[in-house]
Amino acid sequence: MHKAIGLAEAVEMIPDGASVMIGGFMGVGSPHRLIGELLRQGRKDLTVIANDAARPGVGVGRLVDAKAVKRLVASHIGTNPEIQRQMIAGETVVELCPQGTLVERIRAAGYGLGGVLTPTGIGTVVAEGKRRIEIEGETFLLELPLAADFALIAAHRADYSGNLEYALTSRNFNPIMAMAAATVIAEAAEIVPVGVIPPDEVITPAVLVDHLLEREKLNGR
Amino acid sequence: MDAKELIARRIALELKDGDLVNLGIGLPAMVTHYLPPGVDVFLQLENGLIGLARLPHPGLENYFLGDAGGALVGAVPGACAFDSAFSFGLIRGGHVDLTVLGGLEVDERGVLANWMIPGKMVPGMGGAMDLVTGCKRVIVAMIHTAKGKSKILKTCTLPLTSVRRVSLVVTDLAVIEPTAEGLVLKELAPGVTVEQVIAATEAKLILPLEVPEMRLTA
Repeated sequence: MHKAIGLAEAVEMIPDGASVMIGGFMGVGSPHRLIGELLRQGRKDLTVIANDAARPGVGVGRLVDAKAVKRLVASHIGTNPEIQRQMIAGETVVELCPQGTLVERIRAAGYGLGGVLTPTGIGTVVAEGKRRIEIEGETFLLELPLAADFALIAAHRADYSGNLEYALTSRNFNPIMAMAAATVIAEAAEIVPVGVIPPDEVITPAVLVDHLLEREKLNGR
Repeated sequence: MDAKELIARRIALELKDGDLVNLGIGLPAMVTHYLPPGVDVFLQLENGLIGLARLPHPGLENYFLGDAGGALVGAVPGACAFDSAFSFGLIRGGHVDLTVLGGLEVDERGVLANWMIPGKMVPGMGGAMDLVTGCKRVIVAMIHTAKGKSKILKTCTLPLTSVRRVSLVVTDLAVIEPTAEGLVLKELAPGVTVEQVIAATEAKLILPLEVPEMRLTA
């Protein structure tokens, strides 16, 4: 099945107001081409679910700069003064979530679980309004699944079918998000023939990838 | 010796050969500069790596290899990479032997606040809540006072990072061990007296008969 798609066409599928998971950690492993195209097409009112807000001009931070984010669910925004300004000014709603809890909530949605029980956050502001469940004398917080309309994934290599392989720390939230969104769009630094990525090294199976971005056409080649 | 170097040198003695260690950004990360000879540790990055190393040379950066602060870094031979769910499985699941984190406040219960100042600084907790909740040992590295005010209080005033009691607090003045009975003054920085530590500390300290000088070499 052919799932290659042009950059503009891919992003045209994402409407204003959509909920979008964006892979990456401080911009490392973020889908930079898809983010750039969201900006070029002037998308707005997005609910963005991402580990962090990176920095102004970097990764998710570029969407923040353009005021394209209405609501952000993230674990860390401390390196982006602009999102803090928008949050304090009431322009953007920020929901902060411990990093391990954020990834587990996304995993729960993708894995068909009704939630996760974690000790993280017990006795802190994170626990406010959440159910506490006692299991064999230990108290856990019930954290609910987190799904999205779209997941924008960055891989190191994709094969023609959409099997994805990641490199080093750029894996982070990408394969987890690829399980948790209705539509998954992936971009890869390199695209190779089917079979080049050995089965044991496929981290995100092609069946999870709805659309694979055509290669980036670079000057001079 | 610079205060931060002193703290980092003392904490470096807490790391054991073969430990899996997660270090916060800034002062905690300085600990690796002072590891005693024969102590090799595995450095975990919560963004998905065991085996952090400094780049051998600028210009060798790889855009797919960053640390938790977003800086491009290197890796040791034998390093391994994984996703964020696995990474926090290591942390929450008690597989990380030690984490060293900065602190804003610690109190008599030994609990830590280090992730926000309401109305002033709301960076988010990142991985800090999971690290303090799940790592086998938690060491707080911080300057004892801020603008002349004690950061070691009777009760934390800032939002807590976790209700878990931390293992050790190392400051530029002292080493303090939180216990079920309260905060025990274990060691004094070179040239610092018990009276000076008490004067700089709002919390009540438990004083052993003898408080030795801070060890700085193995």
